[in-house]
Amino acid sequence: MSHKVLYMDTQHPPLQTIQDIKRMMERSSRFISLSGWSGISAGICALGGAAAAYLRLNMHHKAVGGVVRYNRYNYDLGVESLSLMRDLVWIAAITFVAAFISAFFFTWIRSRRNGTPIWDRTVQRLAWNTLLPMIAGGLFILRGMQLNHYELVAPGCLIFYGLALVNASKYTLGEIRYLGYGQLVLGTINLWALSYGLYFWAAGFGILHIVYGALMWWKYERVSSN
Amino acid sequence: MKNPIENLNKIFDSRIRLGVMSILVVNEEVSFNDLKKMMDVTDGNLASHLVNLEENGYIKVHKGFIGRKTNTTYSITKAGEKAFKEHIEALENMIRGVR
Repeated sequence: MSHKVLYMDTQHPPLQTIQDIKRMMERSSRFISLSGWSGISAGICALGGAAAAYLRLNMHHKAVGGVVRYNRYNYDLGVESLSLMRDLVWIAAITFVAAFISAFFFTWIRSRRNGTPIWDRTVQRLAWNTLLPMIAGGLFILRGMQLNHYELVAPGCLIFYGLALVNASKYTLGEIRYLGYGQLVLGTINLWALSYGLYFWAAGFGILHIVYGALMWWKYERVSSN
Repeated sequence: MKNPIENLNKIFDSRIRLGVMSILVVNEEVSFNDLKKMMDVTDGNLASHLVNLEENGYIKVHKGFIGRKTNTTYSITKAGEKAFKEHIEALENMIRGVR
């Protein structure tokens, strides 16, 4: 008996065994290679996009000489407004693609370093559960734009993205939930301050991403990169 | 005195068998290849441990095909879940006992 106790204590200390179990559970059910740099780079892309949109709106403001308001009371869909809309959609599309590619790049690097596959069951589950609220939100926003509710674009993006992140938190680093809460709070406040949409958008997609990314890098990657 | 380790399940003495159970308890169905990657073990080694768990009624084997390639997946049984839970409780009791 004493032999067995000794064996248990030296070979399988219970605390370490439980930690091993926890690690295996997490590793098999969550995608843990999400890099903090992905958050930082996506945030920088968002700030760049917001700045481009801001400049473009100012140009429009000078051209039409009125107050810059992209809200539903602005029905003057003349040539100026149409070209403004087209440019803003382009800026949004380029920002999204740049943010996605840069975020993917850093996470790909990290998952290679960790030796975890970039497209296994955990990633598929994560992708599906993130994309579902985002696709629903995207359609909602698109329809809103068709009905001239441009003022709902920014809060719509923030709220649906926030929900997507909270949903995603079950399938990747749990802390991403707090980034989601942040987006939800900003989006909700934005609903009652509609003319400041671009600022809320920049704060949520730009600053929150960078803060989150930096914190995650500090917590999980600082040690391993030294 | 009650022996603190008598509730520990001998089948889970092996790190590989314990690892397989940890993975299957949080995932509905996992393929042989995914298990192999996550555990970082060789085919033969993993296969023998899986047979052992199956013979004890802790896991179920599902043989399927993806195209022409065989795709074997594993899932946990009710008995397996119960045994795993009791094993963790025994480990927890040991930790409490030591403190």
